[in-house]
Amino acid sequence: MPSLTELSLKEMKTGLRDEQFSSRALVEAALERIAQLEPSLHAFLYLASEYALKQADDADSVRATGQSPLQGIPIAIKDVLTVKGMPATAGSKIIEGFMPPYTATAVKRLQEAGAIVIGKTNTDEFAMGSSTENSAYGVTHNPWDVSRVPGGSSGGSAAAVAARLVPAALGTDTGGSVRQPASFCGVTGLKPTYGRVSRYGLIAFGSSLDCVGAFGRNAEDVAIIFEVMAGRDPLDATSAEVDVPSELVSIRSTNTGYSTDAPLRGLRIGVPQEYFIEGMQVEVQEKTRAAIAQLETLGAEVHEISLPHTEYALPVYYILAPAEASANLARFDGVRYGPRVEADSLWDVFFKTRGEKFGSEVLRRIMLGTYALSAGYYDAYYGQAQKVRTLIKRDFETAFEGVDLIACPSAPTTAFEIGAHKGDPLAMYLEDVFTLPASLAGIPGISFPVGFDNKGLPIGMQLLAPHFREDVLLNTTHVYQQATDWHKSHPKGYAL
Amino acid sequence: MPLSPQEVEHIAKLARLQLTDEQKARYREQLEAILEHVAKLQELDTKDVSPTASVSVGQMPLREDEPRPSLSKDELLKNAPKQDDGQFQIPPVFE
Repeated sequence: MPSLTELSLKEMKTGLRDEQFSSRALVEAALERIAQLEPSLHAFLYLASEYALKQADDADSVRATGQSPLQGIPIAIKDVLTVKGMPATAGSKIIEGFMPPYTATAVKRLQEAGAIVIGKTNTDEFAMGSSTENSAYGVTHNPWDVSRVPGGSSGGSAAAVAARLVPAALGTDTGGSVRQPASFCGVTGLKPTYGRVSRYGLIAFGSSLDCVGAFGRNAEDVAIIFEVMAGRDPLDATSAEVDVPSELVSIRSTNTGYSTDAPLRGLRIGVPQEYFIEGMQVEVQEKTRAAIAQLETLGAEVHEISLPHTEYALPVYYILAPAEASANLARFDGVRYGPRVEADSLWDVFFKTRGEKFGSEVLRRIMLGTYALSAGYYDAYYGQAQKVRTLIKRDFETAFEGVDLIACPSAPTTAFEIGAHKGDPLAMYLEDVFTLPASLAGIPGISFPVGFDNKGLPIGMQLLAPHFREDVLLNTTHVYQQATDWHKSHPKGYAL
Repeated sequence: MPLSPQEVEHIAKLARLQLTDEQKARYREQLEAILEHVAKLQELDTKDVSPTASVSVGQMPLREDEPRPSLSKDELLKNAPKQDDGQFQIPPVFE
């Protein structure tokens, strides 16, 4: 049998059920691998080793009485989601030492299904960034090449899954923060439909955009996590009252209903010309085209389509997200949580605590958002951005009248060097150019590996679907992964 | 999109951020570059387009209006940098 950390989540489930190994053995193997690789990766901000071992023993003792879907399986949680009993930092100094009084619904559902939270993973401060370089606690290194970023903002979770520290991890995606790091780290990452997974217990960034998503080494594992955490939650008024489709289950069996020679027959895939642009890495274009051709071989129909307002997604996002962030982050004032910079007046406590404890990207976005919402500029910036958001949403609605899925690159490049975009925020923002439109439209997307560039760095492709059609994303990715081996490749960037 | 130093000062004040002169100068320059990029949105005629504030789809029923226990005061106060007598403690607001 291969080393326990090599097993997929599904294989862990089976192995536990058949008593081939214990949950304690799984957790010990994970902790051992973390101890070995963390010095070169820094994927975690907090490790709950003792808690995880105790949970594993508990899981082992109840196994005889029946198995919950994730019983005894170690997972990691991005440190913008609260887990009671574990500190939450959101990658920021402004709530350093904060002990959340409750657990996020998404995490709670996983725990209730038996999952063991082994630790909290690194993130750009308040999930603002595309590289984890904006974490106040240091950058995470890409397992494929430790001189490079893992992407972001959920870079810690993506790196942890890629390096086989955990079989699955939660991330969040506001403008691409699951899909882009999944692409950079060669793993499968799902951003669900807006409202599909409760945001209760997620430290808010852009409330009309924030989604809780999941990373795994393949679509099957991501589907298992997604199914457990999705669904209406009375504690989040924006969580949708829409059933989690039962078709998802088919991905875990043998794709009954699909013919084996052409399992994707009848599926119409649109390829938007606006996502193949000058300046993007040529190999990303080539590998994405090759993957689309593979989907065609598997039975899908491929159509060229147009999403004409794509180029406006970046300016729309960089008005709306900072505007929402500037309001959400107003609560961090040195009064109720986190450290306080003492001063003689309350006014000065606010100014000094916020000025000193927020990092530079967060300050920049608060400034930008405050400006866009300020008197005299509101209509020109915020109002106009909201209207163009409507146009972007309509682009997708029109496209989905003719196709079931959209296929495009996840990011314009593969993982870049740490420090490559230092001092140039706009260059960093351009990293998200292919993930932002779906976030603005609130539709689900998945990124999965489709090849490597000439430096051996993974390339991700993105599939987008209409609202609440995560089932089509997961099934199609699964069919692709049955026919290809890209998702099985092992990173070799770290010293062992 | 030029921003004056006074405007940068004003935004920082609205956002309750104490910034150094060096930060103010850098953010002024960076915000100008970002706003220049964002100005692209003005190209589009949106006279007849309604704004999108939320992308929620389908029903969002309110939860049952029933009393339920809230988080304990002690638990919430535990995270405060300063507390006294069951309350958050702050410097004087009025002199």
